[in-house]
Amino acid sequence: MSAAGILDLTAAAAADAIAGGSLSAGELFNAYRERAVEDRAAGEAGLNCFTWVAEQSAGADHPGPLGGVPLAVKDLFCTEGIPSQAGSRILEGYLPPYTATVVSRLHAGGAPLMAKTNQDEFAMGSSNENSAFGPVRNPWDRTRVPGGSSGGSAAAVAAGLAPWALGTDTGGSIRQPAALCGIVGLKPTYGAVSRYGMIAFASSLDQAGPLTRDVTDAGLMLRHMVGRDPCDATSLSVPHEIELPSAERLDGVRLGVPQELTGEGIEPGVLDAFHAALERAQELGAEVHDVHLPHAPHALSAYYVLAPAECSSNLARYDGVRYGLRASDPHDLLDMYMRTRHDGFGAEVKRRIMLGTYALSSGYYDAYYGRAQRVRTKIAEDFRAAFEQIDFVLTPTAPSVAFRLGEKTADPLAMYLNDYCTVPMSLAGIPAISIPCGSSEGLPVGLQIAGPAFSENRLLDAALALEQSFAFDARPARV
Amino acid sequence: MIERDEVLHVARLARLALGEDELEPMARELSAVLDHVAKIGELDLENVPPTSHVVDMTGALRADEPTPSLPREVVLSQAPVASDEGFLVPSPQA
Repeated sequence: MSAAGILDLTAAAAADAIAGGSLSAGELFNAYRERAVEDRAAGEAGLNCFTWVAEQSAGADHPGPLGGVPLAVKDLFCTEGIPSQAGSRILEGYLPPYTATVVSRLHAGGAPLMAKTNQDEFAMGSSNENSAFGPVRNPWDRTRVPGGSSGGSAAAVAAGLAPWALGTDTGGSIRQPAALCGIVGLKPTYGAVSRYGMIAFASSLDQAGPLTRDVTDAGLMLRHMVGRDPCDATSLSVPHEIELPSAERLDGVRLGVPQELTGEGIEPGVLDAFHAALERAQELGAEVHDVHLPHAPHALSAYYVLAPAECSSNLARYDGVRYGLRASDPHDLLDMYMRTRHDGFGAEVKRRIMLGTYALSSGYYDAYYGRAQRVRTKIAEDFRAAFEQIDFVLTPTAPSVAFRLGEKTADPLAMYLNDYCTVPMSLAGIPAISIPCGSSEGLPVGLQIAGPAFSENRLLDAALALEQSFAFDARPARV
Repeated sequence: MIERDEVLHVARLARLALGEDELEPMARELSAVLDHVAKIGELDLENVPPTSHVVDMTGALRADEPTPSLPREVVLSQAPVASDEGFLVPSPQA
């Protein structure tokens, strides 16, 4: 098979080609590895998707159901003996002594680790500009951001530098970069995938998920990710095995459009693509209904209390004692802690640690953290009520198409507003997928579909039917 | 508006040294975000229970069976400074 032909295959098609004997796993691995190495060597001229690339495949002799299709993994997943810095200077030189459960599961399923991907530091960001490794560029327009925080994973898949990639989503960090890069990104139900070995940001929200070229690949990857893990007490057994999607129609499927997330603050071009997508859904037999999520407009506020609060606690472990960076010549223990954290953390991480510490501090706890937790209850209730009337909630994934590098770095609030449509689902712990539904200004627009907890199979089916109808060509000019 | 002294107090709670040049931007940015999130103060949340975790589960205990830990030398190999027996740190009161 020609090199270009290999790169055109989806992960599922590549696995089939390997099983059928027309392609070898080694050939596939090397075709992608070569491109990943080139991107790294290109420096400023490349997309800066990767933080590490394998010398050779650590693939098994038996390719497993995933066929030996190589995997790119966000930097924040621990990989034994392989650099894992979560995009932060404070973990410089860290070589984890163990591997994250989900990476092991995918490896056992037949997806060997090919590369680690660039990300916003500790997954805090919506543009991948907060990385110790420098920003990632969007393959559709190199002057624009790929979204974040899983920006390296999204850009790598969109640019054909990896067949598929693993990311994490706390408030939108899989879905938003998938939308901005024109690919598919799925945040599973909270607890469906083990968090063991995922460097923590906000533990009650963090969830791993696939970034892929199409919906079938997302289902295939998720199938080999889910399940209870004794090492993560919040992981759950999924009630049904994840099936590969097969739906072609949406007859009788009730879609809910919340006015709270589909009006003010969304770019006109994005709204046009969203409304065109709703028309296509109706042509496929779906019913479109108005639905109300009255507390959704407050989700962002609650999120930017809860996530920083959990982050300030989780990131207390970076103190220069056990791993990573230590400030030079500390004059006592406290000085070592304070200067190590000053030197090791970037501006956004410092901001979130400060926000979280403030919100949890004596005298402010009830006004911020306590209230935010109650808002979270109301948001989960809103979704439960909505799902009594409809099957799925539909929104644009992100309020805008990919914006320019540097455009929002000076204004944290403007950056946080990227998460407006994705954060409510995160707070409710429900699954949501972003699929490309069209374009605006020549850049991809993502459609977000969210369902009740553990509705992944139905969600993937609906997404597949829509994907076929949109027939979006998810390939930017090859870089 | 968060004052400079408050920024320094919170930074100390967070064990985070901030440079002189970081104080004013931090005060301004924290104030902007806190003003925005303060909108949740307008909601009537009386008698609403807090949600700390969406997964409603209790007693998620594993079997109490001893399993081997990571070898000490493997763990210590990641430390910036270590002795044969443990992590080395400066004295709390140098």
